[in-house]
Amino acid sequence: MTLTLDIEKPKEKSPVVAQTVFLGLGLALLILAPLFFYPVFLMKLLCFALFACAFNLLLGYTGLLSFGHAAFFGGAAYFTAHAVKEWGLPPELGILVGVAGAAFLGLIVGYLAIRRQGIYFAMITLALAQMFYFFCLQAEFTKGEDGIQSVPRGHLFGFIDLSQSTNMYYFVLGVFVIGVAIIWRIIHSPFGMILKSIRENETRAVSLGYSVRNYKLAAFVMSAALTGLAGGVKALVFQFATLTDVGWQMSGEVILMTLLGGIGTLIGPLFGAGLVVTLQNYLATSEFPVTIITGLVFMVCVLVFRRGIVGEFYHSRLGRKLGFEHRQ
Amino acid sequence: MTKKLIVTLAAMLASSTAAFADASDGKVKIGILNDQSGVYADFGGKSSYEAALMAVEDFGGKVLGVPVEVITADHQNKADIASNIARQWYDTEQVDSIMELTSSSVGLAVQALSKEKKRITINTGAATTELTGKQCSPYGFHWAYDTHALAVGTGGALVKQGGDSWFFLTADYAFGYSLEENTSNYVKENGGTVVGSVRHPLATTDFSSFLLQAQSSGAKVIGLANAGLDTSNAIKQAAEFGIVQGGQRLAALLFTLAEVHGLGLEAAQGLTLTEGFYWNRNEESAKFGKRFMERTGKMPNMVHAGTYSAVLSYLKAIEKAGTDDADAVAKELRALPVNDVFAENGKVAENGRMIHDMYLLEVKKPDESKEPWDYFKVLATIPGAEAFIDPAKSGCDLVKS
Repeated sequence: MTLTLDIEKPKEKSPVVAQTVFLGLGLALLILAPLFFYPVFLMKLLCFALFACAFNLLLGYTGLLSFGHAAFFGGAAYFTAHAVKEWGLPPELGILVGVAGAAFLGLIVGYLAIRRQGIYFAMITLALAQMFYFFCLQAEFTKGEDGIQSVPRGHLFGFIDLSQSTNMYYFVLGVFVIGVAIIWRIIHSPFGMILKSIRENETRAVSLGYSVRNYKLAAFVMSAALTGLAGGVKALVFQFATLTDVGWQMSGEVILMTLLGGIGTLIGPLFGAGLVVTLQNYLATSEFPVTIITGLVFMVCVLVFRRGIVGEFYHSRLGRKLGFEHRQ
Repeated sequence: MTKKLIVTLAAMLASSTAAFADASDGKVKIGILNDQSGVYADFGGKSSYEAALMAVEDFGGKVLGVPVEVITADHQNKADIASNIARQWYDTEQVDSIMELTSSSVGLAVQALSKEKKRITINTGAATTELTGKQCSPYGFHWAYDTHALAVGTGGALVKQGGDSWFFLTADYAFGYSLEENTSNYVKENGGTVVGSVRHPLATTDFSSFLLQAQSSGAKVIGLANAGLDTSNAIKQAAEFGIVQGGQRLAALLFTLAEVHGLGLEAAQGLTLTEGFYWNRNEESAKFGKRFMERTGKMPNMVHAGTYSAVLSYLKAIEKAGTDDADAVAKELRALPVNDVFAENGKVAENGRMIHDMYLLEVKKPDESKEPWDYFKVLATIPGAEAFIDPAKSGCDLVKS
């Protein structure tokens, strides 16, 4: 991967235009997508895409490999489901409860985990996430392996009926766009630059006088909160929260999505999530064993295009011509 | 022009309502949704789909003059994938009913969704009594077994067989506790005692210290209040400790023929368990078992036979109702008695619970087994009315108390 400290070069006009066109096209596709695809499937895809983008904020831009993000995703799903179902909160507040809960969990896990680096960091996050999994397995409010079921979607701001799948889709799309915009803002801010410098050379960042630990913790909490946003929305989309989302397999899946899409690219995880979710969905009704195919895709990706789908595109001649390479 | 349009529209409307009176879209479509690649792949899996196909063939392949189609999907043991597929089936593929639905989170999620969409679900794979309890649905049916039936079967009936002092090995989560609590109640109700219990973490591989406690407790029966791999591991290690040879009995609370086959008779001999079906129980069940064996390479357990029975009953109900409309079919399902290879004189209660006899079974010793898959001795038959929760006390609001 190239060094991505964004030194603002004078840009030619055409790349910017090209990128705006891409952005516009992408948004138009997402807006029109429910006409061609099944809305619930798309909503699921967007939830996982946001989850992967939030995860990528940590892995791709700060260089921290967390193996415990399922705790924030599934945890937020439980918090939102509980808030909406038992406390009767409207959906927007329910999601905020999920985000706050995930951010709080992120603070605890992050505070403990950032003291170590590399594999130790990953193992601590995994261990804490597993602790949270067993908590969810036994806690009264999660209803064990039955899960919290029949969560009402409710009315957004009191008047938009989310039980209509079109309304729900545009709500999820809105949340997704806001989430990605926040991530974009974070990585293009001075704060984001410092995160990238930590990724590239931590010792140097320390020597420059940055309090690396605080920056890492802040990034961890932000990533957890955005993950919580995705988890909370997912609980409303499917109207339940179950143990699947807090299990370690989910932490692995999000890593897979991010790697397939392209680490350190803003929209790469969207493609990665799209690929994984589509495989899971379409192979479910086929003769092929899902897990084996997903594994093969992963192997091919690692062997043939290591930068991930979007990463390879950015790196290709066309991608460079369009000025993507240094926009990461 | 306008007149022609109106006539066409009217004709279309008429034809669509006419079609609605029998089968809504020219065919009856049943979805078998379960885990085909995860931990429950043997418990139900692809073979449940075969069981459903057998039922359709036995029924004649057609109902109300339209063909019956069965489709299947692997939910990979994830509730969100299951829910996504179920929605898609209902919204875009005109699926009329979904069955099997292994694992309780999946079962409850799809049943809730189907209630909203007014479609029939018949659950044969999940264990939770919630399906016909607080979260019951007018369109949701629970066919093969539930945790209550297993607890009554193994707990209650075993005491009558002389197993009157118990020690529990319980998986440390809600499912384990509820199995232990239910079973303890029936043990005590029948005059037995519970001398102790120990909790083990979910998915542990070392049961030695728990088994030693169980062994030294002197209890006649060691109840395994856990499921799947945990139960298998506990049984394997118990065999190494010579627990069954030492005169104690092992009782598994959720275990079927498929898992016994996986363990082998050497390790599983002497184990007591409860199932709703055993292929070698009588001539009819053996005939069904052999047909099933030819198609899948294995003998059916209660999930497979239950799925066969569920599909058959569903088709009978459609025929009786003269339509595949969910309200009418649900009404007929509750009214018709269930008499097939799976259940004798089974009946469906108001809360959707199919009430039928359960069997207390003991795993044979290797030298007692006369042919492949000849694994069980039937120790007792537990009448349906005893095995399942009294619908009036189930907590389901469909039952007028």
